Amino acid sequence: MNPIGVLALQGAFREHIHMLERLGVPAQEVRKPGHLEGLAGLIIPGGESTTMGIVAERWGLVTPLRRWVREGRPTWGTCAGMILLAQQVAGQKEGGQPVIGGLDIAVNRNYFGRQVDSFEADLSVPELGAPPVRAVFIRAPAVTAVGPGVEVLATLPGQEGRPVIVAVRQGAILATAFHPELTDDLRWHRLFLQMVQEARPQVPAE
Amino acid sequence: MSQQNGSEHNGQARQGTFAVKAGLAQMLKGGVIMDVVTPEQARIAEEAGACAVMALERVPADIRSQGGVARMSDPRLIKEIMAAVTIPVMAKVRIGHFVEAQILEAIGVDYIDESEVLTPADEAHHIHKHKFRVPFVCGARDLGEALRRIAEGAAMIRTKGEAGTGNVVEAVRHARAVMGAIRRLQTMDEDEMFAYAKEIQAPYDLVQQTAELGRLPVVNFAAGGIATPADAALMMQLGVDGVFVGSGIFKSSDPARRAKAIVQAVTHYNDPQILAEISEDLGEPMVGINLDTLREEEKMAHRGW
Repeated sequence: MNPIGVLALQGAFREHIHMLERLGVPAQEVRKPGHLEGLAGLIIPGGESTTMGIVAERWGLVTPLRRWVREGRPTWGTCAGMILLAQQVAGQKEGGQPVIGGLDIAVNRNYFGRQVDSFEADLSVPELGAPPVRAVFIRAPAVTAVGPGVEVLATLPGQEGRPVIVAVRQGAILATAFHPELTDDLRWHRLFLQMVQEARPQVPAE
Repeated sequence: MSQQNGSEHNGQARQGTFAVKAGLAQMLKGGVIMDVVTPEQARIAEEAGACAVMALERVPADIRSQGGVARMSDPRLIKEIMAAVTIPVMAKVRIGHFVEAQILEAIGVDYIDESEVLTPADEAHHIHKHKFRVPFVCGARDLGEALRRIAEGAAMIRTKGEAGTGNVVEAVRHARAVMGAIRRLQTMDEDEMFAYAKEIQAPYDLVQQTAELGRLPVVNFAAGGIATPADAALMMQLGVDGVFVGSGIFKSSDPARRAKAIVQAVTHYNDPQILAEISEDLGEPMVGINLDTLREEEKMAHRGW
């Protein structure tokens, strides 16, 4: 298998690389546009989405990343990564922030509040089977609207019985508001690898 | 949409767990945390790509030159800075001053720095940090001090360096002390490890965990004297997870430019071509202090135990 890239501009990229190594999959850190060549998939990790956007823009990485996603190549965003992939972002810094887009959802940054409101919870995810997965939410976003082609994979019980969407899939794009890379559970990474195997990008990788 | 508390969403959700506290530090890795004294400076830091800001009334260089007792900042200033940016906001409390910590937790800061830069409030006891829902970062000069702080509940460590000097030599000394000790630890058998834990006055289980991991059990940043992109990259190549820059940015001639360059240096710390490019035309760095002109009692790193 070709390597899976992990965007290594800032944040918890090493944790994702360790998970991939545990699954015997080669991983590559992505810092510059050239690092995207020959990758089978890309993970955008947790961290600060503003920082990642600013650093990506400085070295001309935003356009190649947009092209990567538009071509239907397998991409998984966790937390900040979900924000960067969302078509609409509420709660941006003053003046907006560079984003990649391509995933037809609206997200609210820091939906659950500040760090003192951060939490862990068990999530039932039909796609992953039993038992529930432990999910760590750190100043986490939530999905506030989804387009027609978006499948909801996990929700938290919200106020007035309205579920809060925290994991979605659209074609070859996976996005989670929480951090599977901070747990020992490899099921989300296995699900992404399965998506990588099944993906048929519009432009074949060289 | 209004912000809602996680606990209202989910009956089984647990807040303030160590995984949640240490997890935020993991998200800050590969980033730069900048000292700011006004909301305007906080906005400059956010625009430059800071992964968090440290809100305070005076940067360490001014605390050093003005003297007097340095305390927790006015909560109003911290709240104004929290309102100005979307990135996490940290603030400092005096060593051992758990009421200052209760106040910062009440206003909702994202991380508390129990800091030797402020005048210590207790000369024997650090704050019992496990009691708080908000996470703490603490300074350390060596492995023993780092593990004592983790035992008390610190979810993130930073080297102390010598704050407010613009001189990286102490940050290097402390980072090398921690990293070197971890490398030696990995060559020890169990008998030696018991003796070593006693020698460095650290809990045995944390010493053993550090040996197994080959690194500290929590994220470890560098702090205290970083003033240039090259300083930041040096600390990254020595093995830290990210950097704090205190006086180094807003005491320089072009803070916005220098802040951006240091952010880029922490991502591309291993790429000398990029480091050369971003180090050009930054204007004057902060003047800095040679450590041999500082009297021992003027050094902040000795505070804490």
